[in-house]
Amino acid sequence: MTASILQDEKLMELKNTIDEFKDKEGPLMPIMHKAQELYGYLPVEVQEYIAKALDIPLSDIYGVATFYSQFTLKPQGKNTIGVCMGTACYVKGSQAILDEIVREIDLKPGETSDDFNFTLNATRCLGACGLAPVIMINDDVYGRLVPSDIKGIISKYRTK
Amino acid sequence: MEMVKLTIDGVQIEVPKGTTVLEAARSAHIHIPTLCYLKGINEIGACRMCLVEVKGARSLQASCVFPVGEGMEIRTNTPAIREARKTNMELILSNHDRKCLTCVRSENCELQTLSTQLGVNDIRYEGEQGNYAVDEVSTSIVRDPNKCILCRRCVSTCREVQGIGAIGATERGFNTIIEPVYSKSLADVNCINCGQCIEACPVGALREKDDTDKVWDAINNPDLHVVVQTAPAVRVALGEEFGMPIGTRVTGKMVAALRRLGFDRIFDTDFTADLTIMEEGTELLGRLKKGENLPLITSCSPGWIKYCEHNYPELLDNLSTCKSPHEMMGAMVKSYYAEKTNQDPANIYVVSIMPCTAKKFESQRPELQATGYPDVDAVLTTRELARMIKQAGINFLKLEDEDFDPILGDSTGAAVIFGATGGVMEAALRTVAEIVTGKPLENLEIHAVRGLEGVKEVEIPLGDITVKAAVAHGTGNAKALMDKVVSGEKEYHFIEIMGCPGGCVTGGGQPIVPAQVQMDVDVRAKRAAAIYDEDRSLPVRKSHENESVKKVYDEYLGEPNSHRAHELLHTHYTPRNKF
Repeated sequence: MTASILQDEKLMELKNTIDEFKDKEGPLMPIMHKAQELYGYLPVEVQEYIAKALDIPLSDIYGVATFYSQFTLKPQGKNTIGVCMGTACYVKGSQAILDEIVREIDLKPGETSDDFNFTLNATRCLGACGLAPVIMINDDVYGRLVPSDIKGIISKYRTK
Repeated sequence: MEMVKLTIDGVQIEVPKGTTVLEAARSAHIHIPTLCYLKGINEIGACRMCLVEVKGARSLQASCVFPVGEGMEIRTNTPAIREARKTNMELILSNHDRKCLTCVRSENCELQTLSTQLGVNDIRYEGEQGNYAVDEVSTSIVRDPNKCILCRRCVSTCREVQGIGAIGATERGFNTIIEPVYSKSLADVNCINCGQCIEACPVGALREKDDTDKVWDAINNPDLHVVVQTAPAVRVALGEEFGMPIGTRVTGKMVAALRRLGFDRIFDTDFTADLTIMEEGTELLGRLKKGENLPLITSCSPGWIKYCEHNYPELLDNLSTCKSPHEMMGAMVKSYYAEKTNQDPANIYVVSIMPCTAKKFESQRPELQATGYPDVDAVLTTRELARMIKQAGINFLKLEDEDFDPILGDSTGAAVIFGATGGVMEAALRTVAEIVTGKPLENLEIHAVRGLEGVKEVEIPLGDITVKAAVAHGTGNAKALMDKVVSGEKEYHFIEIMGCPGGCVTGGGQPIVPAQVQMDVDVRAKRAAAIYDEDRSLPVRKSHENESVKKVYDEYLGEPNSHRAHELLHTHYTPRNKF
């Protein structure tokens, strides 16, 4: 295990969470949520740490991590862009919005930029259908978009 | 026991509370089709083949997970049920690769059998094919997701029975795939190559790495002297591949078939099983005397060895340094036999017929090359041998019995029982007890170490001390036992571990028995019974009374654990990553 990833402070917090949940029923989800929160993704070293602590196969953790979309296996960018591809947004032209973002930041859905500034995701319904088409950047919601809005929005999140 | 009365297809039956409808129906000789169901191992109601009608229930129920209730009325054969099962089958087949003609499991495929039974003659839904890469990197196991039906029988077997979890379900929905973490090859994770996943697989998604071409090439190469050996468990299972009942002994026919295939010499791994007892028994007595590296843990099972290397690196010094018997045979063939027959070991090719897929991996370990050449050149499973016999057009059932070649083909009853869990322990105790006490044993059969209990214990007085021994089979049971040894909760002098549940008779290279048959027959017990019959049928039943083994020590090895014996017959182990 590399010290850089399993930093003491974060590891201590993860260990506390493991100790809190390991004898309860269904301990894996809260522990994995904590790990995702602490590290921003689930490095293999962290998955191995959890597997050893719970005495379960690594494949259990990896299986859960790949099943649920809120877990990620790769480091995420500082800014996560979610483009809603739910039915309402799709009907209102979210594909064109997504295409424009892909052009603007040169990432495909699921990818993270080399400088770790942006991660682009095509998401399921974000629950803001009245504002369709919608994107979210981190916790900011942008609605009723047309492709020409994209350049200006993205520029706010560019590294200076 | 609380009993429950219910009616299935108009038949009134009474079964214990907690029984599933599937089992209850079976007890009334009503067969409900299954696909994902593997008795006691995978009972998850996923495939929807076992649907039944429960009077009063809103929809059809999966009988494999539906418990019986008092007064329940069940129908297993109505038009609605037949239609539902058939539609589900069509959906399963919609994205299956359906290359039955070239599939190794054709004619022994539960999907194929069931599809025929359900009368599927057209597939109305053409699903998208996965076009996944086939993992052929492992020396032992090929994984082909294009044939996988996601039943999870392999996953449950690997995780629950073997305590490993080398494979699991990843991703979601239509993208779900059964694979190791990060889509790695089985060769690059903690897979121990035991092949129990192959035994569990209803289709051809998991299969052994087929090495029959390599062996045909060797046989057809006039410059090579090709020696074959067979493990004890092969002789009690090979017949099944030719339609014989489970538990039929075919030792003589097997030897005759090997001769017809063109092998130059046919030796018996049982000879080196006897040799193992001499070496390992001596090792045990040595360690008992010095009180070091106890408990001594057996090393015959390469699945167990790799499991130990991954999970208990702190116990590697406890493992017997003895090579597994077929590797000992390889080393003896390329040294003793080569010298005796005036041959260059470079021109000798050793083939092992094993009930085991892990031995394919083992044979490629760099440390197993006593003469500078690999001790064993190719390992075939029982299934692959059957394939070669069929390819050669040999009428197996009509073969007259033949004998192994001397002297590396001579063996005892102690050797043949290596094939069942507890056998190595029993064989070792038969010899060690006589050596220590100097008196012949009154009763050779040590029933405390036989049978299918996960962990068996026995205490045997040997002179001044009482030897505490334990036997575990299947790495899941081994884990439970080893955790107690490591924590100090249990203390033993001698432990036998076999990587596969039941021992070698139900190894990962053995004929695959459909789950529906396994519901009625305990394959492990049937094949083990044949092993013990073979033991009783042999004139010599103790390893140290094998005259040919004595001769080899006199002429060549000196005494057990001698310098030369160590060079040829012993090995060492390598710690590996847990995952």
